[in-house]
Amino acid sequence: MNATVLHYIGKPLKRREDFKFLTGKGRYVDDIKLPGVLHMAIARSPHAHAIIRNVDLGAAKAAPGVRLALAGRDLEGKIGPIVPNWIMPGTKVPFRPVVAIDRVRFVGECVALVVAETLAQAYDAVGLIDVDYEVLPAVVDEEAAIAADAPQLHDNVPGNITTIYKVRGGDYAKAAVDADQVVKLRVVNNRLIPTCMETRSVVAHPDPDGTLTVYMPSQVPHMHRRWIAETVGIPEHLLRVVAPDIGGGFGAKMHLYPEELLCPHLARELGAPVKWWESRSESHQSTSHGRAHTENIEVAIKNDGTILGLKVETLGNVGAYLSNMASGGPTVNTVNFGTGNYRIANYEATSRVVVTNTVPVDAYRGYGRPEGAYIAERAIDVVARHLNLDQVEIRRKNFIQPADFPYRPYGGMAVIYDSGNYQGLLDKALAAFNYDARRNERETLRRNGIYRGIGVAAYTHMCGMAPSRRLASIGFDRGGWESARVAIDSSGRATVYSGSMSQGHGHVTSLSQIAADVLQIPIENIDVIQGDTRQVQAGHGTFNSRSMAVGGSSLHVCSQRIIAKAKKIAAGMLEVDERDVTYAAGQFSVPGTDIAPLTFGKVARMAYVGHKLPDGVAPGLDETEFYDPIGMSAPSGVHLAYVEVDPETGIVDIIDYVAVDDVGTLINPLLAAGQIHGGVVQGIAQALYEEVSYDPDNGQLLTGSLLDYAVPRAEHVPDITSLFQETPSPTNPIGVKGIGESGSIAAPPCMVHAVLDALSPFGIRHLDMPLTPPRIWAAVQNARNGAGQ
Amino acid sequence: MAEAEKRHPVTIEINGTRRTFEVESRKLLVHLIRDDLGLTGTHIGCDTSQCGACTVEVDGLATKSCTVLAVMADGASITTIEGVSPAGSALDPVQTAFHEHHALQCGFCTPGMIMSARQLLRAHPDPGHDDIRHGIAGNICRCTGYQNIVRAIESLVAKG
Repeated sequence: MNATVLHYIGKPLKRREDFKFLTGKGRYVDDIKLPGVLHMAIARSPHAHAIIRNVDLGAAKAAPGVRLALAGRDLEGKIGPIVPNWIMPGTKVPFRPVVAIDRVRFVGECVALVVAETLAQAYDAVGLIDVDYEVLPAVVDEEAAIAADAPQLHDNVPGNITTIYKVRGGDYAKAAVDADQVVKLRVVNNRLIPTCMETRSVVAHPDPDGTLTVYMPSQVPHMHRRWIAETVGIPEHLLRVVAPDIGGGFGAKMHLYPEELLCPHLARELGAPVKWWESRSESHQSTSHGRAHTENIEVAIKNDGTILGLKVETLGNVGAYLSNMASGGPTVNTVNFGTGNYRIANYEATSRVVVTNTVPVDAYRGYGRPEGAYIAERAIDVVARHLNLDQVEIRRKNFIQPADFPYRPYGGMAVIYDSGNYQGLLDKALAAFNYDARRNERETLRRNGIYRGIGVAAYTHMCGMAPSRRLASIGFDRGGWESARVAIDSSGRATVYSGSMSQGHGHVTSLSQIAADVLQIPIENIDVIQGDTRQVQAGHGTFNSRSMAVGGSSLHVCSQRIIAKAKKIAAGMLEVDERDVTYAAGQFSVPGTDIAPLTFGKVARMAYVGHKLPDGVAPGLDETEFYDPIGMSAPSGVHLAYVEVDPETGIVDIIDYVAVDDVGTLINPLLAAGQIHGGVVQGIAQALYEEVSYDPDNGQLLTGSLLDYAVPRAEHVPDITSLFQETPSPTNPIGVKGIGESGSIAAPPCMVHAVLDALSPFGIRHLDMPLTPPRIWAAVQNARNGAGQ
Repeated sequence: MAEAEKRHPVTIEINGTRRTFEVESRKLLVHLIRDDLGLTGTHIGCDTSQCGACTVEVDGLATKSCTVLAVMADGASITTIEGVSPAGSALDPVQTAFHEHHALQCGFCTPGMIMSARQLLRAHPDPGHDDIRHGIAGNICRCTGYQNIVRAIESLVAKG
């Protein structure tokens, strides 16, 4: 028999899941049509901060089709409160009822709800709810919120600060004394709306057997099962969470929102399915926002460009309450990574987590790492400009070296970069970008009054928070493991049950590539099941770029266990010692003998027929793995951008963008490049276009719909050259690192550096994102008028 | 009864089949398609006609079905994504190109994007790179960064 060894890992396979999406057969939560379903609509606060004096539900209750109308008081003691899942040590946790009881703290907070027979009736009735408010002063900005006279949001959160977190390494004070200079910078990391194209939606369906099925677009179905069970008071085994196809997540679909508790509760109360669907405008004021930081940075430097020390003061605006992970984002996820890809021995960072009268802020693609990388990259770029050094050379000079890995930045214990080669990334990026030619071109054009700029940014971070026992010290109330089950049927085909959760990532393809390589069966013979807590044994879902490194590794190990057991069965069938059996290319054989090999399918069949199983080997070929990683993987990259800025209009034209990323072993280069494209565009969006605006006086959300919030369109973004360098991670059996967050981490500083480089002839050293035409134009005008920057 | 809730007879040809409905004055075409016809491949991604997820073909013209009241579609011929390649028939070249070039991730914008791509190719037989980017600017995709969508459409142009 001429068996062939199958290699799927590393191949740019087209997606196996595409067909249903291309033909309109994708099934998202809003596509689930249940007979007799009732519709919930929410009355939301129009005020940023107010006391609720009275809620009059009379007219709403009497409206056509209305089955139920409730205010917060009616739910008091029945469900809730909403408790964060990540509570950093020392955090003061504000009380958050599911529906506001006596006070509202942001525009969009739930104050009452209606359940009616049609969605139109529910919306009509919500319009009849009369709430009497006493408006209070509001504060929306993180710096304003910590001022002595700022409005206070919660009695147990004095000064509006829930958490203070400090990181220290080396001796920054001494570094500042030893330095030739200390350069200071204040940067704003603009507030964003994640904007999944599918908004959130929930359908809770009480089954006749006593189970409650909750359909929701969850990145973390098993986590949601636990949180809903605990918060609504439903035994976890009677709750089934089903996440069907998900129209993007980006971190926004992994928190615990009021509607995800209300639908299950009301469905049980009414004995009927209850559905809620979020309109886009509603989404802007009810689904978590991202970023929203202000950082003050000091860099202690030698005049040759050596960085002696870095000091960071972060203010992380988390909105009105602590959302699910909110105390972890501005703290460990941000300032732990503030030194970036650089050897900076002396580091001192303090992060304050600040509540304001705004929509809660939580994870959004990168969560903290974009903010951390922005600190490091803006710092080193400003130093380069200050000392008139080359942007590239100052990075090369301060980079962590390949021999330094595993590297613990600033000598701390919390962060370990497992592997990397930043010099290699930089060289590859410069070559692909044609850096020297571009630099010359920029100089030539500048003399002709054409302002082009080159931006450089490097990043590294850590993915797949683990191992489980380490998460206790930061108050993260979940594990770092992932589970996988591989069930082989009697024909030798496999069904993979993974706790990871695709939201467009293409896990059906990438996970089956991993399983097929180990099992040595054709990829067409593998199915992947995710997103149903009644089918998938357990899991943590998809966030923190963990699916391949943790979920994929779990599947890899689990598949190896299948082979280990199949070898025992094959040994029984071949009547040889198990140690003499080898498995390769789908064949169990006994090398050095003339025994005819057995196919995987034949062994699978025997596993279920059970006639020739060796002593002590149970029937079946079905294994489950709970895989807890030994550590986290550290992807890295260097990105370069080339832009032209028109000083007369402030418009930025992106001429080129090159991304070179090291995400370890590539499972599927086609899908990997897709992740980079999408992430980079979200990062470009942060740098140039998107910003949530609030009226500072009354806390009104000014970017309340897609009319006002500038998500980029095809004509606003460039083609991206995505290249990879593969330095395998030593932390997992595949050598893979996270990828999903890379683009949105690297692109903001890269784009800002490119625009600032273009504007450098005007003496403009810093501008805050987004670099919109009015902002750039005003800066150029100021510079021309001699105001400088 | 409020004017918004009054019902009107509406007859449309949907993916080749003629159907008649009684619809409320205020009902949007997208709701007729999704709720009354059960054609859930047409998606709703916003409420201000910005995102294009609901794009269908009305009398052969790509149209955001959230911008049309169902009563306005009376007498129209409508093609949704389900009608682009009916069960048993081959995929439309645009659908095939999207698969070949990894032009979709979460898939939510995909049906509307395919409708706009078809419109672009009908209206503009030989679009350049910038024409393509401009031609699909009415549809937001949050996953792909648009690049592979543009490539997919370009591949159809190159084939002529």
